[in-house]
Amino acid sequence: MSSLSRDEVAKLAGLARIEMTEEELVNLSSQFGMILDAVARVQEVDLTGVKATSHPQPLENVARPDVVLPSLSPQDALSGAPAQEESRFRVPQILGEAE
Amino acid sequence: MALPTYEEVIAKWDPVLGLEVHVELNTHSKMFCSCATEFGAEPNTQTCPVCLALPGALPVVNEKAIESTILIGLALNCKIAPYSRFARKNYFYPDMPKNFQISQYDEPICFDGFVDVEIETEEGTKQFRIEIERVHMEEDTGKSLHVGGATGRIHGADYSLLDYNRAGIPLVEIVTKIVPGTGKYAPEVAKSYVAELRDILRGLKVSDVKMEQGSLRCDANVSLKPIGSDVLGTRSETKNVNSLRSVERAIRGEMIRHAELLNDGKKVKQETRHFQEDTGLTRSGRSKEQAEDYRYFPDPDLVPVTPAAAWIEELRATLPERPSLRRKRIKEEWNVPDKEMEAMINADVLDIVEETVLLGADPTKARTWWLGEISRIANDKNVGVADLAITPADVAELVALVAAGELTDKLARQVVEGVIAGEGKPSEVVAKRGIKVVNDDGALMAAIEKVCAEQAETAEKVRGGHLPAAGALIGAVMKETKGQADAARVRELLLGHLGVS
Repeated sequence: MSSLSRDEVAKLAGLARIEMTEEELVNLSSQFGMILDAVARVQEVDLTGVKATSHPQPLENVARPDVVLPSLSPQDALSGAPAQEESRFRVPQILGEAE
Repeated sequence: MALPTYEEVIAKWDPVLGLEVHVELNTHSKMFCSCATEFGAEPNTQTCPVCLALPGALPVVNEKAIESTILIGLALNCKIAPYSRFARKNYFYPDMPKNFQISQYDEPICFDGFVDVEIETEEGTKQFRIEIERVHMEEDTGKSLHVGGATGRIHGADYSLLDYNRAGIPLVEIVTKIVPGTGKYAPEVAKSYVAELRDILRGLKVSDVKMEQGSLRCDANVSLKPIGSDVLGTRSETKNVNSLRSVERAIRGEMIRHAELLNDGKKVKQETRHFQEDTGLTRSGRSKEQAEDYRYFPDPDLVPVTPAAAWIEELRATLPERPSLRRKRIKEEWNVPDKEMEAMINADVLDIVEETVLLGADPTKARTWWLGEISRIANDKNVGVADLAITPADVAELVALVAAGELTDKLARQVVEGVIAGEGKPSEVVAKRGIKVVNDDGALMAAIEKVCAEQAETAEKVRGGHLPAAGALIGAVMKETKGQADAARVRELLLGHLGVS
């Protein structure tokens, strides 16, 4: 059975910005093993001659003309923002003090 | 230990460059949505559910952006991929509301090209081939304003304010392969490369290429290896390089900084650094993700781009003359001295002078106006000549008026002022201001007689054969006729009047 270490799960959680308790990290490391095993079964399928796809429809070159259409008003654009200032989205401190 | 001098650096170390240039395309609408792309608009007035990443919004690629990118690839001698896809570059940072940037990863639309650049050295003209690794499409990020803290920098800021007008503007990234073998010319080669790219892009009319507004940005990778070694050193990547001069300064500065570390037996840290325009130095920057782990994967909302070979050939047929070849041709056709050619390139007036010449003006006269009087006024106003309200057609008309003897150079300068002040075309300014050359010999003779009477002593000297004294009299006559006389004609009449020739 495949498995992910507790530290690998912690790294993934960090990349996804999901806060997890120690208990969750440990639980998930074994659950991830089962998930990986399930997905691994797909790899047993014979894919000879099958092209990799990234879209369910066999479409190519879907594009739009370079034409400007009305945007949202700034009021509407900002209406879902938890905080705003000077017609801009206000976000918490991004980085702490310089070293 | 003191910083090594540049000469000391290049005596021991061999620089290797890598340049990434980001170009904002000048499409009317954004890369994946129909919002406007105008520079300087009020904050968050050019956003929509797609570029704000509201749930359920779907991107659709701008066909003009694809066309522009293929044109760039072709102009840089690249191969165009018959099949390429967009990929998501995942990172959390408030300048990208989706928490990923749509970019291209292992399937860029253009690859394997090159640009030749020339630099002038004390050993003569040297040519360097800069190989292009890839040209790919992506989207620009929003603009952050850091509030609080001492310097407006991100470090120490209390919070940040985001304007997403720029988020989603089409961006093309042009990446070189590593550039070895430039030696002591590395800073200049890099500068020439970016200048050549800028000229090529301007010629293609796909971008405003204004470094100061950020529509052309350069990230410079530099590493040093001991001369003769095949092993690459550790590189640093300098961002925020916003002028051609800064490209040169940043690379030179980084070479010196690396050499100092290496000379001391220390290691260069692989990191992103920010160029400081005021000091010419770089400082350590932040990395967006602690360990760069962007987890690229094909964007499932977008379908592959598969440009038809026939379309690519159609686009190839529209490519304009290469800027470097064009400069050579112009230099020969107009018989321009090296210094003057350089002055035109530095002042960025080559296009406008050529347009003026195509409208019938003499190349030397056209060049003199744009580089002289008009550039002077532009400098005074702190704008570019192209921003002034005077066009190539105006200058061509002006040159014709002077050639026809209807204006003197001095009067023509007043006309230039009038045109720039918005008083109309040259002929209109001439009419409105009542500017005309005094061609009436009678009026000129009256002025000459008056001046000779007033300055009888000087007139007597000239009569006695002392010709240099005539200058003062001519000046006085010109003043008398308010500069509307043709100085050569005044001289002729004056000398005739005083019986010398």
